Amino acid sequence: MANDNLQIEIPVGEWVEAGVDWIQVNLTGVLDGISDVLAAVIDAFEGTLLAMPPLVLAGLIVGLATWRVGWRFGLFAVAAMALLFGMDIWDETVSTLGLVIASSLVALAIGIPIGIAMARNDSVEAVVRPLLDFMQTMPPFVYLIPAAIFFGLGKVPGAIATLIFAMPPAVRLTNLGIRQVGEEHIEAGQAFGCTGRQLLVKVQLPLAMPSIMAGINQTIMLALSMVVIASMIGAGGLGNTVLTGIQRLDVGLGFEGGLGVVLLAILLDRITQSFGTARRGAAPSGLARLKRLFAADGPGASGRG
Amino acid sequence: MQEKVVVKGLYKIFGPEPEQALALLDQGLSKDEIFEHTRTTVGVQNAEFAIREGEVFVIMGLSGSGKSTLVRMLNRLIEPTRGQVLIDGQDITQMGKQALIELRRSVVSMVFQSFALMPHRSVLENAAFGLEVSGMHKEERHARASRALETVGLAPYADSYPDELSGGMQQRVGLARALATEAPILLMDEAFSALDPLIRTEMQDELVRLQSTQAHTIVFISHDLDEAIRIGDRIAIMEGGSIVQIGTPEEIVTRPANDYVRSFFYGVDVSKVFNAGDIAADDVLTVFERTGVNLRAALAQLRDRGRTLGVVIDRGRQYRGMVSINSLAAAAARGAGEEPRWEAAFIGEVAPTPADAGLSDVLGRVAGSDYPVPVVGADGRYLGIVDKTILLQTLDKTT
Repeated sequence: MANDNLQIEIPVGEWVEAGVDWIQVNLTGVLDGISDVLAAVIDAFEGTLLAMPPLVLAGLIVGLATWRVGWRFGLFAVAAMALLFGMDIWDETVSTLGLVIASSLVALAIGIPIGIAMARNDSVEAVVRPLLDFMQTMPPFVYLIPAAIFFGLGKVPGAIATLIFAMPPAVRLTNLGIRQVGEEHIEAGQAFGCTGRQLLVKVQLPLAMPSIMAGINQTIMLALSMVVIASMIGAGGLGNTVLTGIQRLDVGLGFEGGLGVVLLAILLDRITQSFGTARRGAAPSGLARLKRLFAADGPGASGRG
Repeated sequence: MQEKVVVKGLYKIFGPEPEQALALLDQGLSKDEIFEHTRTTVGVQNAEFAIREGEVFVIMGLSGSGKSTLVRMLNRLIEPTRGQVLIDGQDITQMGKQALIELRRSVVSMVFQSFALMPHRSVLENAAFGLEVSGMHKEERHARASRALETVGLAPYADSYPDELSGGMQQRVGLARALATEAPILLMDEAFSALDPLIRTEMQDELVRLQSTQAHTIVFISHDLDEAIRIGDRIAIMEGGSIVQIGTPEEIVTRPANDYVRSFFYGVDVSKVFNAGDIAADDVLTVFERTGVNLRAALAQLRDRGRTLGVVIDRGRQYRGMVSINSLAAAAARGAGEEPRWEAAFIGEVAPTPADAGLSDVLGRVAGSDYPVPVVGADGRYLGIVDKTILLQTLDKTT
């Protein structure tokens, strides 16, 4: 009828398939290269973490929590570690942690330079911004399909989907942070003879650091949530526990996996945030604070009173 | 003195089509008309001046008058649209990128209104910033930065961070950062405007003191005439992107070019503008102390001219003392036998004041005395007197 006449088919799906086929045929070498590099990075982190005696790793995490956040959070970390051991999901948690760290690092290694390029060049920003919007509005599950097609099943496609999903905040907040550096600081840098690179390294990046750290924090949190989803294509870890719980309709198991994710999220969030709120490049707590305390006794500080 | 910075026909047009705006400017259109026609803004038009080595040159104007734009064209933080800026005879508008960077590192440094310190760097590292970007080794640059901090009195705070310091101290760091590079030219963009009045005055004095020991060529941007008068050797006044008058503080105050200039010093304390030497008048009869002129002769001279007061000077015009008809007559009567000495006739309560004494100092002495105050130069030469009438006339000039 009239409806049939009006029907216009746009075969978006077919085009994408054709594109994917083409990539699979022609870019095998590139795909393999990416796969090898990622596998090496993942192995390095996950392997090291899993190879550590659990108590040592747990001790490290508690120590980090206490040093960066405070003794109360240290106590929380102790309880969290005990809970993870008690629920017998330690290995899954460590595996997830390794994958999160590996894919976050790769996401940051790609995302921060893109953010810098975006901040320094308006045309780059004009191209990258809609791409980021696209990446962030796409439902995370959709990333699993091309990842699985190009890289099969396992940790590498899991990491690929994760790093793509987790990258946008690092790009955005790096760009934002650099663009927010005050005109007066830029002028001061230029007035004292900074080259473009010096301006970036000595003025823009340090002043953008709080914003960049917020981006890093968000990237890590997004990576954690995506790693759980990526267990559907065999990324393993805590996501697997949750997935098994769903498949067997085992509420208890699913909850344990979920609780593990939450504990890990809280630890990662608070610890990475603490780096963002550090006011200066070097952590002023710990050693530096001690040093300044002692320096204050020296002749240098006598004029202060 | 040598001319350090020479600005010739300097223009800055903000907007998409500066050429068109320049053409219209040449036809004599005003800033507002050009904005209407082309949507471009004239920032600075036809600036023309020469700053001498070691001079403090103040550029004054209200906000929007183009003074900040003008100073930024002197180190090309803002690119001039047309014209020349010669520093030591070299046109910096023609400089390539590398030469410009060198210029900024070693010849022209800058102090900012908002301080613009790097919050992640300690005071010492901030002061060493300019040296660091020019590639100086850590030890050497820290030594030089420490010296600069000492100069501004902040040596004890080298390890502090900017947010631990008060505004005045932060700007001292900004000043130290500029001094550390040992650049001969200092651009100071409203450097003290963000400070509270007491600290501002203190910093101005500090700058004047600094100039007396290590003279820089300073271009100082300000919107405050009191400040300009305090520190400026010469003042350029800007209005709507043009320089309307350039002159010494006295010239600006006594002979303002137009109402805009005049409007600046409503409320300005003239006692800071002038010193005793500026207003001293030769209103009183002078009597030379030499052989053949004695007290009686002087007395006769005063009576002849109908004056009550006289100033006695020697042949080198050195000030000796002030006499009146009464004091002369009394001294002559007392020393009836021998020739009376001049000293006996001098009025004891009158003492000369140096020419560079501020009006505020002279004010009290003139008001509290029945006699005018004689003014002498640095070499002791008599310059004139300041009396109540002269003072009132001066104070009245600006109100």
